[in-house]
Amino acid sequence: MHPTSDYQTKTSGFLEWLVLIIGRVLISLIVPVTTFAVLIIGFRWLRDTIPSGTAEKTVVSLVAIVWGVGGAAILYLVSNWLVEQLSPRWVKRLQPFIFVGPAIAILAWYLALPTFRSLWISLFDRAGPAEVPFSMLFTAPGEFFAQFSTNFIGLNNYIAVFTERTMIEAFRNNLLWILFGASLAIIFGLMVAVLADRSRFENLAKSLIFLPMAISMVGAGVIWNFIYEVKDIADPQIGLLNAVWVALGQEPQAWTALITQPWNNIFLIIIMIWLQTGYAMVIFSAAIKGIPEDLIEAARVDGASEVQIFFRIMIPYIMGTIITVSTTVVIFTLKIFDIVMVMTGGQFSTHVIATQFYRQAFTSNNKGLAAAIAIVLLITVIPVMIYNLRQFAEEEAF
Amino acid sequence: MSSQTQNSARKKLISEIIINGALLLLVLVWTIPTLGLLVSSFRTRFDIQTSGWWWVLPHREWVTVEEFPPGDDLDRDGVMEFAGVSGTFAELREGVSMDDGRKVTWVGNKRLGVIKIQEQKWIMRTDFTLENYGQVLAGKTYEIQTTSGETKTVQGDDFTGSFLNSLTISIPATVIPILIAAFAAYGFAWMDFPGRKPLFTMVVALMVVPLQIALVPILQDYVRLDLNGTFLAVWLAHTGFGLPLATYLLFNYIKGLPREILESAFIDGASHFTIFARLILPLSIPALASFAIFQFLWVWNDYLIALVFIGAKPDVQVLTMRIAEMVGSRGSDWHLLTAGAFISMLLPLIVFFSLQRFFVRGLLAGSVKG
Repeated sequence: MHPTSDYQTKTSGFLEWLVLIIGRVLISLIVPVTTFAVLIIGFRWLRDTIPSGTAEKTVVSLVAIVWGVGGAAILYLVSNWLVEQLSPRWVKRLQPFIFVGPAIAILAWYLALPTFRSLWISLFDRAGPAEVPFSMLFTAPGEFFAQFSTNFIGLNNYIAVFTERTMIEAFRNNLLWILFGASLAIIFGLMVAVLADRSRFENLAKSLIFLPMAISMVGAGVIWNFIYEVKDIADPQIGLLNAVWVALGQEPQAWTALITQPWNNIFLIIIMIWLQTGYAMVIFSAAIKGIPEDLIEAARVDGASEVQIFFRIMIPYIMGTIITVSTTVVIFTLKIFDIVMVMTGGQFSTHVIATQFYRQAFTSNNKGLAAAIAIVLLITVIPVMIYNLRQFAEEEAF
Repeated sequence: MSSQTQNSARKKLISEIIINGALLLLVLVWTIPTLGLLVSSFRTRFDIQTSGWWWVLPHREWVTVEEFPPGDDLDRDGVMEFAGVSGTFAELREGVSMDDGRKVTWVGNKRLGVIKIQEQKWIMRTDFTLENYGQVLAGKTYEIQTTSGETKTVQGDDFTGSFLNSLTISIPATVIPILIAAFAAYGFAWMDFPGRKPLFTMVVALMVVPLQIALVPILQDYVRLDLNGTFLAVWLAHTGFGLPLATYLLFNYIKGLPREILESAFIDGASHFTIFARLILPLSIPALASFAIFQFLWVWNDYLIALVFIGAKPDVQVLTMRIAEMVGSRGSDWHLLTAGAFISMLLPLIVFFSLQRFFVRGLLAGSVKG
């Protein structure tokens, strides 16, 4: 009614609004800033604290676990809270990026960009591309390109990958790994799956064959050292294989080292078969259980033998699964690293692609060649990538 | 008629024997290597280095029953006689059998050796000990002579440190990728935003990219950021390499949840964040668990990433690195290696056996990483 009082309420409303806005902005600043500060202090402390005893080490470990897991959760909470302070329209627009943003950022940093960076590095010699600020491209373009040209060697690394004796040996060995390792793991897996399906001891048998899946390849290396160890013929053998071999009246052999190359590779491959059969078995076992019982029963009534049933009905029925499992095992075999590293370190002609990659990248320090090897590895799996993308495009999930 | 049923019953029995026999053979071949390590880990250092682990089973072995010096007044280059058998030095070194099945052996060199009469006996070498585990857990003790001439016992370094490091790396490296992947999977499944399809296509494409491609560039970044050898560096690396698969699997699962849940929650005024935390996460536990087991085993058993991103920092070293280093030392510390390797397997085996069902489910959903 009174103009003055009306004016008063307006100003006090405006003031209130102003305080509210400032308060909100302040809080929106303070909350993330303190969060980041706490996380960074935590990181610094973890990086620079060198524990001196077991008790202290336990404390550091605990703090690290809480910091890592809690930190990740808090970052989501805080950033989501920040976005939810905005108007509903902006929430709708920005919130999806709070959800998928971190995943996309990490994927870009750790996998997508490195693919291109490795490709770039692979065009240079062991010194790698010169570190030139990108702005130089505009200020001094001539200098910018000159910097790169000093150790740019084009496709020479790729030529080396396919012509150097050590690399060809690695390719040959990897081929052996795929030919023997992958195929035998699949065959044994299928065999166990079929046999176990008809046995009363199915679960026990499957668990025991599956067990090596939980063991690291390094641990498997230790286990198999007790199989392959060689001692002088005058002493008792402590390796099981040589004990059997000597009992058969033969000379003890250094299985993974000195016997005729490349056959020493086979003894490393056996370790991988031992590890991977369980995986193939589990998948095949599930697929076999999916074969309709009446289909097999009908074949039996028609007088088909068990062998015929296996080859004419089971195999065709689970062909899709066989292909999937084979692809997976082959990709796994292509990147085999730990077993070779632990058993022989690549000596005695046992290098494979991944160990050569490691040797070039971190021992010989030839980053260019290492990057080229990684790119070759990537190229070999591109067909699988294309297949996956096609499958994804067909599933009208989007 | 009855002979026919008898016949088919016999056939059934035979096929059952063949099937179970073949299965038993395979299971034995698959189990014996691990069993060997387990048995070895309880044997003494001396036993491990001088006999196979299967010597714990009853076996025939030459056991010395009598031992005496050959005597001084002997023609050591001619034929000598002991306990009723005779032979030259060379023959005696090989062992000369006696009529009762015992044998006489000259052990040692020509001048100082001793004569041993040995008998074959059924024995078992079962001097089991927990000392290997004790040394691995508490540290090996060394006797060191100080400059002043006193002997000092020094506590060597043990596996506890690397065990703790393995835990400190594995737990966050399992939880963080799952958290990030679950948020992303929800976003891709139930939120609408520009770039949704191309971004998810990227996730699918990255599933098979070999991680070798990233090691050289990421190591460069880590060196530049002074991150190398920190826990954070290893967590992030495992997160990056596990994320495509985790996102893809969780997306498939979350997408399969009934959409009405989301809609009715929205009507009740819940935000996406609340729906995610209160509804979707609890409903997704089976999928989360199967990926968690998979990722945990993968991180715990990893060697390559640890080698590259921890490398030369001994106080952050994980179990696999420690064990691999010991394998390299060939022989001298094998008794510690057995116990150490078994301790490193203990946690994954427990996780594996207690949660096998989830693990198998994960494998069937396609949990195999590129």
